[in-house]
Amino acid sequence: MSEHALIELSDVTKHYRMGDVTVNALAGVSVRIERGEFVAIMGASGSGKSTMMNVLGCLDRPTSGHYYLNGRDVSQLGRDALAEIRNRTLGFVFQSFNLLSRTSALENVELPLLYAGVSSRERKHRAQSALGRVGLGNRLDHHPNQMSGGQQQRVAIARAIVNEPVVILADEPTGNLDTRTSVEIMALFQELGRAGITVILVTHEDDIAGYAGRRLIMRDGVLVDDRKQQQRMAADLQVSA
Amino acid sequence: MNPVSTLRMALRALLRNKLRSFLTALGIVIGVSAVIAMVAIGEGAKARVEAQFSAMGSNLLIIMSGSTRSGGAFGGFGSLPTLTWEDLTAVQTEVSSVRAAAASLSINTTISSEELNWTTNIVGTSPEFFIARSWDIASGENISASDVETGNKVVVLGQTVVEQLFGRSSDPIGQMVRIGNVPFSVIGVMATKGQSAMGRDYDDTAFVPQSTFQSKIRGGLPKFINGSIFVSAYSPEDAVRAERQITELLRERHHIGPDQEDDFSLRSLSEMASAQQEGTKTLTTLLASIAAVSLLVGGIGIMNIMLVSVTERTREIGLRMAVGAKPRNILEQFLVESLVLALAGGLCGVSLGLVVARYLASKFAWPLLIQPEIILIAVGFSGAVGIVFGLYPARKASLLDPIDALRFE
Repeated sequence: MSEHALIELSDVTKHYRMGDVTVNALAGVSVRIERGEFVAIMGASGSGKSTMMNVLGCLDRPTSGHYYLNGRDVSQLGRDALAEIRNRTLGFVFQSFNLLSRTSALENVELPLLYAGVSSRERKHRAQSALGRVGLGNRLDHHPNQMSGGQQQRVAIARAIVNEPVVILADEPTGNLDTRTSVEIMALFQELGRAGITVILVTHEDDIAGYAGRRLIMRDGVLVDDRKQQQRMAADLQVSA
Repeated sequence: MNPVSTLRMALRALLRNKLRSFLTALGIVIGVSAVIAMVAIGEGAKARVEAQFSAMGSNLLIIMSGSTRSGGAFGGFGSLPTLTWEDLTAVQTEVSSVRAAAASLSINTTISSEELNWTTNIVGTSPEFFIARSWDIASGENISASDVETGNKVVVLGQTVVEQLFGRSSDPIGQMVRIGNVPFSVIGVMATKGQSAMGRDYDDTAFVPQSTFQSKIRGGLPKFINGSIFVSAYSPEDAVRAERQITELLRERHHIGPDQEDDFSLRSLSEMASAQQEGTKTLTTLLASIAAVSLLVGGIGIMNIMLVSVTERTREIGLRMAVGAKPRNILEQFLVESLVLALAGGLCGVSLGLVVARYLASKFAWPLLIQPEIILIAVGFSGAVGIVFGLYPARKASLLDPIDALRFE
């Protein structure tokens, strides 16, 4: 194993100005996440977990401190460099799926590859196999409005993994899904974890966090708890879509 | 991102809102079709004016006698005979840029055949006249130099006169006609010349030798030309030179001092033609500026819709940024969309403009004249409108913050 962790935050702060008030969304967070870990970030709303996610996802730059991703300090990179990291190293899954409407599943999944400059034949091939991996190999031409919430989230996961990222960031991925579908989605994340992808999950639901192997709890912009746990397995429920 | 993918993405986005895209492009369609139709109209009208002037004779100058001055009243040009036959000879022989020069003595009088009569313009002239006017004979023979020398009583009729005196079908050559009480024999018929720019019928004329005109139709002082002189130059440049040379020559011959006015007048048809063309040019400019305004309005329409589109698709923009789109990619995407919209409008406008121009050309019997450059300019201009008016919305989209954009409701 290399000597640096996959993700290392060192005393990261993030301040927002909202009118006259300065909000300390992150007030000095330091954490290391190794390759292949399945981490759940928990906390009440306003605890800073979303800001943490944005910083980890290179959507936002920390006000101070350092963020090392794969040994590289990415905390003060420009917009283009961050876009490239999001494209090649990270994958995103959102609560509201964020699929392009009136666009087929296949084309939704192809989107990151479009910005990676992959040829159209290769895009199609890789998008097909990513959809196959999430169990939607037979729904390539379906549009989001023809699919259930669980299926839409699977398309979003296929989109997140299509460019073979190192880290997947999932922001409340089960927030809009029923319990049964949630378990299916968690099974999928666990499978991706076994395949070597680091999964970082933001949730406020205790049992969803139970599927992770490590739990970080935030309050008022700082980490208040960080512990390893026995993963709850959802594997037996994974195939049905 | 390669351009083909960007283009396909833009087309897809536009086709998603077909009616809206169509209505947005409509402004450009109208602007461009107006440009095409109006320029075609302008060119057609110009071509018609040019055709009319070239019918009068190429590079033609007309010299007229001066005006009488009795007390304070001025007569019109030609009222005082100042041009002499010697002046004509001098113009023919001494001015190098002159191709042909001939006198034209004219009178409106009645000409009659066996059964019918008709009042027309009788012109006494010489063979050079027909060279100067570039006017050919349709059948029979033209007036010859020997006709002029001996003063033969022969006449060459214009088409309108033939129709009035002999009807459409019969051949007038060899028949006798009377001008006043003098019998003339018809030796030829002129080719059809058509109307002048002012609506005068050129074919309503009969030609007789100038000597016969002076002896049998209208007398006068034998030294002076009681009419005008038609001069043609070899080229438009020569016509300009001839105008100057003839003025100098005649001033010298008439002993006119440097501070005295000319006792003759010299007019060039190219001047009259260019005055007419100025008129159509002004019209074309006016119409083109109206078209430019409608293109501007079309451009504002595009900008408006692109701004709406950027707002509507804020989440999409955020998502694209999250999965790796750089600001430049977003800028390109929206810029290409507005460019495609404007270009599509431009191409539709060109087609519509061609249809309108064709219809108008056939309605007014103009030649359909559309230079390919106009089409290229129109399409290029609409493309430029797309870029200029698409730039602001596209830039706005590219500067969005991905987090805010993703959270946008």
